[in-house]
Amino acid sequence: MAPISLQGVKKIYQGNVTAIHGLDLEIGDGELVVLVGPSGCGKSTLLRMIAGLETISDGTISIGGSVVNHKEPAERDIAMVFQNYALYPHMTVRQNLEYGLKNRGTPRDEIDRRVNEAARILEISPFLERKPRQLSGGQRQRVAMGRAIVRQPKAFLFDEPLSNLDAKLRGQMRIEIRRLQRSLKTTSVYVTHDQLEAMTLADRLVVMNAGRIEQVGKPIELYDRPASLFVAGFIGSPPMNLFSLEALASASGHDLASLLPVGTDIVGIRPDSIAVDGEGMTLSGKVELIEPVGGESHVYVRLEAMEQTVTIVLQGRPNLAEGDWLSFVLPVGALHPFNKGTGLRTD
Amino acid sequence: MQTKRTIFPNKWLPYALLAPQLAITLIFFIWPALQAAKSSFEREDPFGFRTTFIWFDNYARLFADPMYLNSLWRTLIFAVLVTVIAMGVSLVLAVAVNRLLRASRIYTTLLVWPYAVAPVVAGILWWFMFNPSIGILSYVLGQLGVSWNHRVNADQAMILIVLAASWKQISYNFLFFVAGLQSVPASLSEAAAIDGAGPLKRFFTIVFPLLSPTTFFLLIVNINYAMFDTFGVIDATTSGGPAQSTNILVYKVYADGFLGLNIGSSSAQSVLLMLIVIVLTVIQFRYVERRVQY
Repeated sequence: MAPISLQGVKKIYQGNVTAIHGLDLEIGDGELVVLVGPSGCGKSTLLRMIAGLETISDGTISIGGSVVNHKEPAERDIAMVFQNYALYPHMTVRQNLEYGLKNRGTPRDEIDRRVNEAARILEISPFLERKPRQLSGGQRQRVAMGRAIVRQPKAFLFDEPLSNLDAKLRGQMRIEIRRLQRSLKTTSVYVTHDQLEAMTLADRLVVMNAGRIEQVGKPIELYDRPASLFVAGFIGSPPMNLFSLEALASASGHDLASLLPVGTDIVGIRPDSIAVDGEGMTLSGKVELIEPVGGESHVYVRLEAMEQTVTIVLQGRPNLAEGDWLSFVLPVGALHPFNKGTGLRTD
Repeated sequence: MQTKRTIFPNKWLPYALLAPQLAITLIFFIWPALQAAKSSFEREDPFGFRTTFIWFDNYARLFADPMYLNSLWRTLIFAVLVTVIAMGVSLVLAVAVNRLLRASRIYTTLLVWPYAVAPVVAGILWWFMFNPSIGILSYVLGQLGVSWNHRVNADQAMILIVLAASWKQISYNFLFFVAGLQSVPASLSEAAAIDGAGPLKRFFTIVFPLLSPTTFFLLIVNINYAMFDTFGVIDATTSGGPAQSTNILVYKVYADGFLGLNIGSSSAQSVLLMLIVIVLTVIQFRYVERRVQY
């Protein structure tokens, strides 16, 4: 258990391709930090740099207060769960779990104790003598987790561990990982491109884009106050509606510019902030598509004047049909103001 | 798996399509093999005037013949050495190339070239280098105080043919090992590194076990190669000498039959060789897919 500190970390590949541009991040002891971003944003590279599988071009990474830049992966005392699980196919589950402990010269009775304990926690005891190929995807995932926890490392690193599972199993395993991490209180870094996974797992969320950190914070803070257009578009499903300020002002007849900070030229609004009645700017358009997802419905409305479609989340099952004309209200207080040039929030 | 069945409109067409292949197999493989089996039970005088059926006499004589037992022993030494050296060196080369990120294709191409060299040429190449009067390597060895003359020294003759035969086979093994290594996922090595295994330990506990199907396949292929495909190498370098020291089974078949004109004994020897091939092939087919699985 240990904090992880990244200072000015850079990754420059041969041929001067910069994958990570001087990145600072403090991960507290026992915290679960999720790195999220689109593919190619450098999140996996960053995780592999913490693990010691990639060299660090510049800056320092320290785990538990000591700089690990030039330490081998084995010396960093971390455990990693890989996307493809990376279970040793020629070893039984038990041998897989024991491998790291044996390499470190753990006494036999201690190995047995820890393996049985991990197997009990993860409910893989019945499979201990099987080979990985005889297990289902979810069971393999558990074994990969088990291999990480038997070592009792300073930190867990997760590299998109759930992306090979089907949706239902992914939801289950997500909850289990969260519960496990809470009870073990081991510092964890979790990489994913799935924003739902990121939102639900993270103590703190780090949104990355093109090798830079866009925003760090609690998931709900990022949802409520995205610091940039990128975060606004990335966090939240369905994504935030973005309008040009000018077009919205003329379509609604409100003098928006005077209500919002100077420099605002784009405004965003969450689909669930839009209502069919109440105070605010009223707009109307033709319903293009309705997606009933159970407790709520996603309604897509075409705004001809602004030449764009707006997404609205309505609770329950509204009495609407495709092709209907719908008036709806944007509360001015729920608008997120951004500047298009800098891509940043203006308030 | 469902096999795809093709229905031919004409009943004889499928047989006609198979005929050329069957004809070649029958005329060039089955017939000579049967002929050899038949001759192995016969004694023929050198001029071919008289042939006598003598049951297993040829075989009995072979196993009582110290020369044949010597040849068997020499073959064993030769096959083991060639297999170990050819596989060991190629594995080291393959691991080295696999670690390269750039230029690995160039190395691979270069390392594959010796395979294109005919056995006789490979033999002559090494024969020249080790030639006691004009060879560069025998000169270097002479400078180092080693008197090299494979024409009189049995051990040196064996070393020469082992080197020449292994050198040629390394390319083949190398290709298979590179392909095998590339199919071992990098994440396994990375996981092992995080699990505290050093590079050597990673190789021996993770990579090498996962290579076992390739290794087993190559083992059989190399034994086969050393025992049967090295005729050219030996004929071009030592011709089985000095004093029978490099007269391996396959060369002895030729020497006894074509030089010694003892057709019966030569046939019996080739039938024994045939049995060895059959056994090796059966082992390969039975075990390569079953035993070496992970």
